[in-house]
Amino acid sequence: MSADEVKHADPDRGAAEGADGVPNDAPWTLPGTRVCLAKDTALRLDSAVELTGVHIAYQTWGTLNDDKSNTILVCHALTGDQYMVDPHPITGKPGWWHHMVGPGKVIDTDRYFVICSNILGGCMGTTGPQDINPATGKEWALDFPVITIGDMVRAQKLLIDHLQIDSLFAVVGGSMGGMQALEWAYQFPKHVFAAVPIATAARHSAQNIAFNEVGRQAIMSDPDWCEGNYNRHAKRPHRGLAVARMAAHITYLSETALTRKFGRNLQDRDAVTYGFDADFQVESYLRHQGSTFVDRFDANAYLYITRAMDYFDIAKQHGGTLAHAFKDTSVRFLVMSFTSDWLYPTRENRDVVRALNAGGANVSFVEVQSDKGHDAFLLDEPDFHKVFEGFLEGCAEHRGLRRKPQ
Amino acid sequence: MMMVPENPKSIRVDLQLIADMIEPNTRVLDAGCGNGMLLNYLWRSKNVDARGIEISTEGVQACVSSGLSVVQGDVETDLKDYPAGSFDYVILSQTLQAMHDPREVLTQMMRIGKRAIVSLPNFAYWRVRLYLMFKGRMPVSENLPYEWYNTPNIHFCTILDFVTLAQDMGLTIEQSLFLNEEGSSKTIGHSLAAANWFGEQGVFLLRQ
Repeated sequence: MSADEVKHADPDRGAAEGADGVPNDAPWTLPGTRVCLAKDTALRLDSAVELTGVHIAYQTWGTLNDDKSNTILVCHALTGDQYMVDPHPITGKPGWWHHMVGPGKVIDTDRYFVICSNILGGCMGTTGPQDINPATGKEWALDFPVITIGDMVRAQKLLIDHLQIDSLFAVVGGSMGGMQALEWAYQFPKHVFAAVPIATAARHSAQNIAFNEVGRQAIMSDPDWCEGNYNRHAKRPHRGLAVARMAAHITYLSETALTRKFGRNLQDRDAVTYGFDADFQVESYLRHQGSTFVDRFDANAYLYITRAMDYFDIAKQHGGTLAHAFKDTSVRFLVMSFTSDWLYPTRENRDVVRALNAGGANVSFVEVQSDKGHDAFLLDEPDFHKVFEGFLEGCAEHRGLRRKPQ
Repeated sequence: MMMVPENPKSIRVDLQLIADMIEPNTRVLDAGCGNGMLLNYLWRSKNVDARGIEISTEGVQACVSSGLSVVQGDVETDLKDYPAGSFDYVILSQTLQAMHDPREVLTQMMRIGKRAIVSLPNFAYWRVRLYLMFKGRMPVSENLPYEWYNTPNIHFCTILDFVTLAQDMGLTIEQSLFLNEEGSSKTIGHSLAAANWFGEQGVFLLRQ
């Protein structure tokens, strides 16, 4: 889809940054919109730190209807951003959910007003560790407060309020985006009609924390990380961030997918070289994944966001019983998992479903057959798309929105 | 994609019998809901809060697409996840005989529902009896199309067996019907022996 196929209905489009009295951190040159919120009332974080002047960068597609009942908020995953449809402004690659979002697609921009914002702590325009700390005039770096999934959602709520939307038709997302969808339903049940957490969990498992820690240690052991102050020293911890990405990328795939894609095939050679070059295609692929990632992602942001995922545990505030968190909720849920996902396996998605059922919630659940691992939620998986679309159609009917013309 | 009719006017006769037992505006769980035909009918014609459990992806897909809340799962293992008394009715249609532990499933149904509705094929139906008597082989018919080695129906029972189990479990049978081969239904009432001969299926409304 090209940008001009999509109607924009965005009150802030073209708004001049800095006109709000908060100094610009950096000129906003990327596509989309960036607003400064929490100017008068600070955003209070779970860590008890208060942030004022929070920037949120976002994109929208489709048109808000008259009674403002057709908004779908899409929450992105760890390394995603608000560029989910059009080609990415830095990499030029197609948006991460271009299969899913667009006219006539599952998230149909002909009928829904779709918002995707960069998460708090991110590095594509929303306030994060690479921004200027207004108190010191210097980059936050590791002085940036540790944020949580709950904080990300409260920041998104500021944006929704700013756009004068009281109630979201749906909040959807995969992986860490799914955590945000759950958190939305938990924190703001009266402002969410339906939630679609995909390939996710209500708490991070020990294995997931362990993988994140490997990534963080890779970054922090890069001498160019400079205790987080790499920008001040005009350096970038590229090697550490690339290794973090390589390790994480393995967890997004499955053994079957890796074998099918690469097997033990050699890279541009007929025999192994008895050295440490990338002899195997899989090595070359991972190195490529690592090296392209560093062009678009910030190392400190990676530390902060993975930390937020590790801290995620909705049940914790309810004596460890997840069902209590969703007791008598009015939100309609669709939970989906993928058979070959070992990062957020069906078992953990089912725990969410079980808790929602125990809390009396209106919940649907499907385990989609796929051998593509965790990444399946980003790919063109027909069964996944059909169930997702069907759920949104059913919710549209319950909500009194128009269904897709047959 | 399997689609369920928007406004179903008629549904299978055994499903209609079940639907007729259900009061409007109640909460219903259909355990093993298939493509959601019964739930869809109940939602649209009786305004029930309709939920389901279904094991097949195609079934769940069809249900979710028609606006029903259905969880993919196994009735045998998943009923225990629902809180006690959370439904007015729990339905198990043509499935009890395929359970590993039918008595436990029935116990769970009575725990989570104020009432349970069970429909089952009657293995003492006269055609089944004659098939076994004269052919000496496990009965195969239009309604029971499986061979002994591939049938999911591992716990066949008769109408009499089921009534006995309900009594053993201290359950009250509020309503019981049998369906003959013409598809007309009759109340079982006191003619249990006749029902056991002439009923191709039995349908029971139970409460604790």
